[in-house]
Amino acid sequence: MSTLSERILGAPHGNYVDRKVDRAYVCDGTGMLTLETWKRMGAARLSDASRLHVFFDHIVPANNSTTATLQHELREFACNSSLTLSDIGGGICHQVMSEGIVLPGEVVVGADSHSCTSGAFGAFSTGVGATDMAAIWLTGETWFRVPDSIAIHLSGSLRGGAEAKDLALSYVNRLWMDGGTYCALEFIGEGVKTLQMDERLTLCNMAVETGAKTGMFYADDITVQYLAAKGQTVRPQVPETCTYIRNLELDLGDIVPVVAVPHRVDTIKPVQDLAGLPLDQVFVGTCTNGRYSDLVRFAKIVKGRKVAVRTIIVPASRQVLSEAVRTGILADLVDAGCTIGTPGCGPCLGAHMGVLGEGEVCLSTANRNFRNRMGVGGEIYLSSVATAAASSLTGEITEPEVA
Amino acid sequence: MMQGIGHAVCLGQDIDTDLVIAGRYLRTKDHSQWVAHVFEDLDTSIAPRLKGAVIVAGKNFGCGSSREQAAIALREAGVVAVIAPTFARIFFRNAINIGLPAIECNITCTEGQKIRFNLADGWVEAEGKQYPIRPLSPRMQEILAAGGLVNYWKARS
Repeated sequence: MSTLSERILGAPHGNYVDRKVDRAYVCDGTGMLTLETWKRMGAARLSDASRLHVFFDHIVPANNSTTATLQHELREFACNSSLTLSDIGGGICHQVMSEGIVLPGEVVVGADSHSCTSGAFGAFSTGVGATDMAAIWLTGETWFRVPDSIAIHLSGSLRGGAEAKDLALSYVNRLWMDGGTYCALEFIGEGVKTLQMDERLTLCNMAVETGAKTGMFYADDITVQYLAAKGQTVRPQVPETCTYIRNLELDLGDIVPVVAVPHRVDTIKPVQDLAGLPLDQVFVGTCTNGRYSDLVRFAKIVKGRKVAVRTIIVPASRQVLSEAVRTGILADLVDAGCTIGTPGCGPCLGAHMGVLGEGEVCLSTANRNFRNRMGVGGEIYLSSVATAAASSLTGEITEPEVA
Repeated sequence: MMQGIGHAVCLGQDIDTDLVIAGRYLRTKDHSQWVAHVFEDLDTSIAPRLKGAVIVAGKNFGCGSSREQAAIALREAGVVAVIAPTFARIFFRNAINIGLPAIECNITCTEGQKIRFNLADGWVEAEGKQYPIRPLSPRMQEILAAGGLVNYWKARS
């Protein structure tokens, strides 16, 4: 009886395996170092370009001419070598991979730590650095240690103002920043049926914040329907009885709106304990919470009102932005005083488009609040979209209204 | 690469790769830029002590971003090895892949003390005392012995 990781990687936990990679991707940040390293490996050979993707998402459009020159080189290479290129404005790699590219049972590797996001489809999806990726470009394979798995048993359903993000921050808090190290997280139990794909993506996205290799859901009817709408026909995966090295039980009905406080992702407080904390910026977006459903929830709360603090919204992909334009919610956001950024990572990594100044405080829907990450001397609090929306209207940390 | 000696530089636990090298310095081909700013956001007194150093950190070293520049910055700054009870897995792979020994071992750190290590024999020695290490997988040992994954594949292509 196998865990999902064991089934996909084809060996019991603890074993080392070489596996063909079904999809491999880099972004503009890691891609340039991957290219440089791949050239140094000598062979200048690509295993199978049709499996390799290049995304421009981290600093887009380029913030200065140094970045632009580096991006130009990667773009030219991707075009000349027939890698699948998603250029500026296409969106965050993990989001685009989730829009009908990654399928259940696949082995997916991204040169970005949040590549665990696609585990939401029942794929084994994980992050590596540039040199590992260069070797994948060369050989089409990589090695894995088949991980032990931690079960996160979910029961009940979310209620009140709580969102999947609050659940994500809560499980990271329970496991701490290294509780998942070298392991895979499997989200199982009756509660998973209440979670849509966008919510599952949010949960898997934050698996790496516990040190985990990946976070995974078994593909079920919700997965099948989601991918069918993207033109992909897949079958559900049936969980087997198996042994986990740790079991964590969470009742979704117990989850309350929380905020991760500087500078640790695993240190949370209920939103009500921080109510009134003044903000300089609200940021909504990233591979955690920049999806269409996130923008819809935010827009519902701010529609017809005005934000009281500078509020930056960055759709996770062109598809997200396009849908927001078509349905009119983008107009609601702009009319409420929000600033809209180019689809991509936005200011999450502190490179551009909303970097914080010394002493400034930001409430962000991202996944990391490391010291100085969004700017030297800035402080980052992490929250759900609903908490971010309520707070944008008051300019201070505010509990979301219960619908 | 499989053995070495250096002076200890003691660091805390859960040190993320943003603190090793900040995102604002990543976009360059000039690796000396990463050396110039290594640990800048953690403590500016660390960088001058890194030449010939063995970093002894707390658990979960290298968590967060997959940026390989963090491992490269340490190697280029002259770090001989990094020892920690546990590593974040991407940093762990990155370090070995660029020929920087990442050693899983739980030792008490005294700043400046001499530390010797031998990965082939599986020990770290500090202040006359030997500590066992969690051995690398055979593949990782081969990669490290080759001086990193670039050399490993160069020899095979």
